[in-house]
Amino acid sequence: MLHDYAPILILFLLVAGFAVVALLLSDLLGRKRHSLEKGKAYESGMDPVGGARLRLSIHFYLVAVLFILFDVELIFLVPWAVSAAALGSVGFWMIAVFLIVLVVGLIYEWRVGGLEWDR
Amino acid sequence: MTEIVIWVVKVVVVWGALLTTAAIMSLAERKVSAWMQYRYGPNRVGPFGVLQPVADGIKFIMKEELVPAGANRLLFRIAPALSAAPAMLAVAVIPFGYTAVIAGHEITLSVADLDIGILYILALGGLGVYGVILGGWASNSKYSLLGGLRASAQMISYELTLMLSIMAVVLMAGSLDLRQIIEGQRAFLDWNIFYQPLAFVLFTIAMFAETNRHPFDFAECEPELVGGFHTEYSSMRFALFFLGEYCAMTVMAALNTTLFWGGPSVPFWPDAPWYVGVVAFIVKTSFFLFLFIWVRWTLPRLRFDQLMRLGWQALLPLALANVMVTGAVIALTAN
Repeated sequence: MLHDYAPILILFLLVAGFAVVALLLSDLLGRKRHSLEKGKAYESGMDPVGGARLRLSIHFYLVAVLFILFDVELIFLVPWAVSAAALGSVGFWMIAVFLIVLVVGLIYEWRVGGLEWDR
Repeated sequence: MTEIVIWVVKVVVVWGALLTTAAIMSLAERKVSAWMQYRYGPNRVGPFGVLQPVADGIKFIMKEELVPAGANRLLFRIAPALSAAPAMLAVAVIPFGYTAVIAGHEITLSVADLDIGILYILALGGLGVYGVILGGWASNSKYSLLGGLRASAQMISYELTLMLSIMAVVLMAGSLDLRQIIEGQRAFLDWNIFYQPLAFVLFTIAMFAETNRHPFDFAECEPELVGGFHTEYSSMRFALFFLGEYCAMTVMAALNTTLFWGGPSVPFWPDAPWYVGVVAFIVKTSFFLFLFIWVRWTLPRLRFDQLMRLGWQALLPLALANVMVTGAVIALTAN
């Protein structure tokens, strides 16, 4: 079992090493001539106005919550998808009921306007 | 002992091939763009500009690293690595050929044959969003913040469509193992594209959104957000974001080939030698990599509300319906 994952561990070490070396290399070799002006965040050449820790539109949170719901649903789909043929019609109708409940949720969200971004 | 040697050789070859593909893509992107716009593209470094990626690499290393004032220094530093690493790790389970016999050793042509290969790829795909949103937030720049925010909303929305379109293929194969999925498509007429054309279309659209490519590149979107999440990045840190994007594109193209186009299967030549299969895999993957560039210069960018509407109100219901119909056919005709 763990045997199957050994090559991935080797790849992980290689990738991690590559990332560290790449970042260190330009740390060491890159030119360093800092100035106050260079340190400012880019804002079309003007002095930045205020910070960038802003309040965000509620839509982004709504989408994230919806995503969590559907993501969990999909994880429940995986075991059924692998053994759909063996589970036959009983398995299919069970998963169908489960999906319909979630689709009703999606339709509700749609009707309420949670998926509209231009309003 | 020989087993460890085989592992190391496979890891180095596959990872090297992935990085080479990314380098070629960084040149191809500019060359193909140039041809489509009746220009020459880069042609100064080496014959026809083929050494341009090397020159780019050296330049990236020698550039100054800037950290904007007020940035979260730790997150700002590690975000590029968080963006590049998942894409590079995901390539491990892609089967790029059947079984090869080299010097008396039977070698399966993929870095690791996991029986949950698809879950592994999806898990790493989910991690990919962290680099973009952390890099965007940590920069303390408004453009970066908006880019990172848009990218996260977009990537999680299209991930659902991506997962559902893959699930239709899992239903066909009855396995999460990519090796079994290509074994089921050995014959030309068994390719999943003939049974799951809708899933293929959905996967291809979601593939563009997941890799933040045109026409869904809202994370960068240069006319409105300058550079999006990487506005404040320079030197190797920027290069790692860049590399991560090309590696993710390569993995997605390879996954599309594996899921729908038979992987290393050669049409009308079922007993082709293993190296012909590898070539077939590379040819198919190259087509999808070309498609990324082709689409970039063909379609205009969507608006953000159009993107979200397409994802939630068109692609997601279609993908759900596709899985249910596939599931019904498979479950109800099983016995």
